[in-house]
Amino acid sequence: MSIHKLTLYELHTKFTAGEVTATEIVRAYGLRIGQVESKVKAYITQDKDAVTAQASALDASLKGWRKTAPMMGMPLAIKDNICTEGVTTTCASRMLGNFVPPYDATVIAKLREQGYLLLGKTNLDEFAMGSSTENSAFGPSRNPWNLQCVPGGSSGGSAAAVAADECAAALGSDTGGSIRQPAAFCGVVGLKPTYGRVSRYGLIAFASSLDQIGPITKDVTDAAFLLGAIAGQDPLDSTSADVPVSDYMKALKKKDLKKLKVGVPAEFFAEGLDPDVEQAVRAAIEELKALGGTIKEIQLPRTAAAVATYYVIATAEASSNLARYDGVKFGLRAKETKDLLDLYMKTRQEGFGPEVKRRIMLGTYVLSAGYYDAYYGKAQAVRTLIRQDFDEAFHEVDLIVTPVTPTPAFQFGTKSQDPLEMYLSDIFTISVNLAGVPAISLPCGFSQTGLPIGLQLIGRPFEEDTLLRAAYAYEQSTQWRTKKPMIR
Amino acid sequence: MMTYEVVIGVEVHAQLRAKSKLFCGCGTQFGLTANSQTCPLCLGLPGTLPVINRAAVEMAVRAGLALNCTIAANNLFARKNYFYPDLPKGYQISQYEEPICEHGWVETTPADGKLRRVRIRRAHLEEDAGKSVHVAGANGSLVDFNRAGTPLLEIVTEPDLRSADEVVAYLKSLRDVLMYLEVCDGNMDEGSFRCEPNLSLRPVGQKEFGTKVELKNINSFKFVKDAIEYEIKRQTKVLSEGGKINQETRLWNLDRGETAVMRSKEEAHDYRYFPDPDLVPLKLDRDWIESCRKQVTELPAARLQRFISEFALSEYDAGVLTVSRGVADYFEAAVKLFSQPKTVSNWVMGELTRELNNSGIDASVSPVSPERLVSLLQLVEQGTISLKVAREIFPEVYRSGKTPEQIVQEKGLVQVSDEGALDQIIVAVLAKYPSQVAQFKEGKQQVLGFLVGQVMKSSSGTANPGKVNELLKKKLVG
Repeated sequence: MSIHKLTLYELHTKFTAGEVTATEIVRAYGLRIGQVESKVKAYITQDKDAVTAQASALDASLKGWRKTAPMMGMPLAIKDNICTEGVTTTCASRMLGNFVPPYDATVIAKLREQGYLLLGKTNLDEFAMGSSTENSAFGPSRNPWNLQCVPGGSSGGSAAAVAADECAAALGSDTGGSIRQPAAFCGVVGLKPTYGRVSRYGLIAFASSLDQIGPITKDVTDAAFLLGAIAGQDPLDSTSADVPVSDYMKALKKKDLKKLKVGVPAEFFAEGLDPDVEQAVRAAIEELKALGGTIKEIQLPRTAAAVATYYVIATAEASSNLARYDGVKFGLRAKETKDLLDLYMKTRQEGFGPEVKRRIMLGTYVLSAGYYDAYYGKAQAVRTLIRQDFDEAFHEVDLIVTPVTPTPAFQFGTKSQDPLEMYLSDIFTISVNLAGVPAISLPCGFSQTGLPIGLQLIGRPFEEDTLLRAAYAYEQSTQWRTKKPMIR
Repeated sequence: MMTYEVVIGVEVHAQLRAKSKLFCGCGTQFGLTANSQTCPLCLGLPGTLPVINRAAVEMAVRAGLALNCTIAANNLFARKNYFYPDLPKGYQISQYEEPICEHGWVETTPADGKLRRVRIRRAHLEEDAGKSVHVAGANGSLVDFNRAGTPLLEIVTEPDLRSADEVVAYLKSLRDVLMYLEVCDGNMDEGSFRCEPNLSLRPVGQKEFGTKVELKNINSFKFVKDAIEYEIKRQTKVLSEGGKINQETRLWNLDRGETAVMRSKEEAHDYRYFPDPDLVPLKLDRDWIESCRKQVTELPAARLQRFISEFALSEYDAGVLTVSRGVADYFEAAVKLFSQPKTVSNWVMGELTRELNNSGIDASVSPVSPERLVSLLQLVEQGTISLKVAREIFPEVYRSGKTPEQIVQEKGLVQVSDEGALDQIIVAVLAKYPSQVAQFKEGKQQVLGFLVGQVMKSSSGTANPGKVNELLKKKLVG
């Protein structure tokens, strides 16, 4: 039995049955990480001693005791913009290179309470701004399917770690596609929950009205299993929703799409879509039909405005969210500064990378006196219209199916010189964040060059169970999940 | 020479008396060790999220209702963005569009005796910043974040004020209201009540406003008056010499008795207000607002008038009794049980206030409850003890925790009204002072008082003085 090849849920079953100990799990993953991490570079921070000690303490405390908590003994990787008490949380930024949070994010507190094992903190684009991890201050992660290609971003480290079996599952965060796009690029499952479904407390903010934490996993079952462990209202997050959490594992009982109407928006199959991606997604739609779903063409007419709208709202919020990194209280402080203004300027000059600076400037501009109405105000109005598009679509259908990305994973350097082209790689994922609805990305094929292709299912707010049911039915009727990357 | 009219508006930052900060659970007590009242949230650590303090919202609503404002059912919080070391997040959470209170007014009577109504444009909730500390000789500055996140109500008037005296009168009335409602302690030294007037001059008769100057660093009513009067003189001089007023913020320099430029309009911040995405709109239920209204129905001025009309008290008495809510509530509770308002007023203003002042506590927590005070008054009313005895034992009632009845019993102070018992004493007194008896009979009426006094004395104060008077007269005349 190769522990690292098991899914999260399989590992949980064995651990609960006493067939494997936490110490064995940590040892197995230590070996696996030792084999592939130098190629994949998924992690920013690992503390092997701490997790080993944690595992043996857990095993000792469990002698002759029934194991019940879902995440007990489960080896997870956490995106490095989620605060972990006592463990450096960098956001892949020089600004927070030395930042050790004195508190846990709510999702971490929940996992810790269940006895999870923290394998490490994974790489991302600095402050989650990017689609390739090329904006990480600590260097990019690599796509396990092809080391010349990006793993996607911003949760590229988490997706690469899952795809390379460097963890049983991971947490990412999704502001404009940052869970779904890397999941698609790396051939794994990524779920962006409804805005408000999972607490944002302790997630270092990029754009507060769009950010959401979610699972990146080896299969759909694991996504359901991990979402259940982190979802729920949180008194520490005013934007978390007072909506009961379903038993997501129950959603996996039906292996069909009977009585489900599935919408296909024409706007997502337009020019610029890679033929391999289109073919794979069209074939997947046929499979959804075969599974009993009713396929219906729908319209999401404001899709074209989503990227522009997103880059106004997200940067506006970011410009304010990132104001606290001023060198006064924590994180980087520039040396040899002559006065306060100099301290601010040098600290932020040295601490932030170019993409973060670009977005702070954009955001500052769109909120400025005289420009607010033309940009921020207008973007909020368009956001409302985009939301209405989805509301109307969900009167007609239960699910919407689209590609996750216009192309499979691209090679390093091909888009990093052109921010606009990079921004457009999120074109299919962004409107979901603007509307606040849930969406899942799961493998639906491979390109001719052997790179994974992702299928996106979008659902009604707080109907993650419908999403999971359909995704599970599709996954079980296909064999994509059985293919694993050869890391070389 | 041109004569000018001054136009003044005022912004007040009133610190709400909530026990915890506006968006976290840290305490708000003044004067504690630097940075001891802080947590990851009010230090602006990454990942933290604000959660609104209900108590502060309730105080803002009560204040707004007392200031005759309309209360917004839907409250939005906005971020006011600027960099300063004492501002942990690089933005302040405040309200911009849709403040919690709007369109109110405060009545005030300046020294000229004429009532003014000052319109309140808006009052909104916001969090305070920390405090920069500059230690002499030290390299660099320090920051104390204890105050960061403390709830403030910023109260903004329309430009309705026309003199320094009007401003001071308005500020005093506003402060009285807030203190009476117990939403602000009004302490200007500790910065709980900070005011920033803005003023402009215009030629008398002109409708358009002149260029506005904001004044800061004013922490007493005297400085408000001094700073405004200085600024009126300065601007008058500039304008009469043909100069122009610059739109700017000026600081009051206490030592030099003048204002100086802090920043010009060009240096003013672009605060880039936008709705705070970390907070959902705060909806206030109409019924809940109405239940708050019930708690603020009557303010000091209205209560004073009612005390005069309902209880036939003098304006002086009514004024003293309504200075604090605790005293006024105490008085009303007592009057409900003992319907002699003047008697109750005398006791509350006299004996009770003296003891409360000595022990430095508020009437609302007086060790002598209104019920207990009334039981003492009833002992006098029923003739059980004399007024003199009642006054003498009050301090003991206050301190011992015993009921007046207990003390009277223990000390044997029950008043003697029994004619037989009094007769014996009177006979003895008359026998002891024959010459005074003779004087009375010769028509010297005032000797009666002396004789009454002697009877009281030999009864150790327990004799009923009315009865003694009556019996003595009967004996001497009859």
